[in-house]
Amino acid sequence: MAYSNKAKEFYVDALKGIKDAGTFKEERFIESPQAANITVEYPVGADTKKVLNFCANNYLGLSSHPDIIKAAHEGLDLRGYGMSSVRFICGTQDIHDELERKLTQFLGTEDTILFASCMDANAGVFDVVLDKEDAMISDRLVHASIVDGMRLCKAQLFNYKHMNMDHLEEKLKETQDCRFRMIITDGVFSMDGDIAPLDRIVELAEKYDAMVMVDDSHATGFIGKTGRGTHEYCGVVGKIDIITTTLGKALGGASGGCVSGRKEIVDLCRQRARPYLFSNTVPPVIIAAANKVIDLISKTTDRRDKLENNTEYFRKKMTDAGFDIREGIHPIVPIMLYNAKLAQDMAHDLYEEGIYVIGFSFPVVPKGQARIRVQISAGHDKEHLDKAIAAFIKIGEKYRILGKKKKEIIEMYGY
Amino acid sequence: MSDDLKKLIIDYVKHEYLEDEAEEEIDENTPLISSGIVDSFSMVSLKTFLEKKFEIKIPDEKATTETFDTVNNIINLLKEFNIA
Repeated sequence: MAYSNKAKEFYVDALKGIKDAGTFKEERFIESPQAANITVEYPVGADTKKVLNFCANNYLGLSSHPDIIKAAHEGLDLRGYGMSSVRFICGTQDIHDELERKLTQFLGTEDTILFASCMDANAGVFDVVLDKEDAMISDRLVHASIVDGMRLCKAQLFNYKHMNMDHLEEKLKETQDCRFRMIITDGVFSMDGDIAPLDRIVELAEKYDAMVMVDDSHATGFIGKTGRGTHEYCGVVGKIDIITTTLGKALGGASGGCVSGRKEIVDLCRQRARPYLFSNTVPPVIIAAANKVIDLISKTTDRRDKLENNTEYFRKKMTDAGFDIREGIHPIVPIMLYNAKLAQDMAHDLYEEGIYVIGFSFPVVPKGQARIRVQISAGHDKEHLDKAIAAFIKIGEKYRILGKKKKEIIEMYGY
Repeated sequence: MSDDLKKLIIDYVKHEYLEDEAEEEIDENTPLISSGIVDSFSMVSLKTFLEKKFEIKIPDEKATTETFDTVNNIINLLKEFNIA
């Protein structure tokens, strides 16, 4: 047998190592559509439980919106289920072209190309536009998919301390001899909800003749006055050379991603980006629904406005209650607990209270930075937020952390 | 020489990896990577710094997370290049 005992034992040990380190990930089965109210079977085999979902990237509450579901049905009826092809053979329909044009207009860029996911967009784009005589200068906390994309590219790699513009400037000075430089950042950082200072990044890019690439997956659809993203929020629409983003979060949450930006870069991606060339096309049902999503959020800002109000309300009430929250305006609200076990235990207790949240610890976040990441949605109503706040206060009291800051929590529970 | 070298690397690590307001102290035995101060992705700048400073090329198989985990380990690596 080719699958030897030696190999099997090796993998068993690897799994045991993950479990011993406390980082083994388990899936929870959801037996309802994605929404604020969901039905969950956890652990597997347990009775199902109705809980409020506070850990989805469903920022605009569109994942199960009736208009989006209707558009998906129409897409299925009119354009079929699958395309059985990559884009450039026979996998491009009129609705794919329509969505690329709509995304270009929405993001305020020159052109857009769809990928099977934003992971694929990030994996493919750097290798297309940069080579070994070039430099990639990235924020140190960029998403894993960007790290993988940079690893697949031959350009020299530099990185700067998280959102530290002085350090970025040092790196730009250090790389003056390179042919092309690209500053690479998330628009919004997924674990902290931090918003990159794109205005200052663009300023430095112009001063040192560098391009700018932004992954705006946690911003497209709701950050900025009309929800265009971090570039709108920072006042630099039209000045970002490459934006990658996803359809898998605020924009309906199904799947698919894109590279949007300078026309020549998008054209080159169509010729050379390997995940585009060798992945199947995004299926018609998703494209039809995504077209509807863009129509909907271009017409009115009601949903992003509701999300903004929900976020402000939740952040204020939780701060008033004495939780240690990273400041900001983003619907990602990190409740800082510092100790990994405390984060796990509190998330478990909150689930028992009917609030579905997840504790994050090293290696997903830096050591000693464990937290519960709450994600607010336009799909939440005030009563949902109030229920979650009440549950947090109850559990916060149980663990005696209300009103306590970092130093005191660490004194009580350790790192 | 070794003390100067130690100081040079510690100063670089502090400047490159610690936040300005960080209170952590680093000495030659402080775990850098296994403690999470330096992640494996950011380690590349330390490698590039050493290569430029001493005009050497550290082969990938030697640039492991173990070799870079403490300043002492890094000094031992540099000894192989007759530095330190």
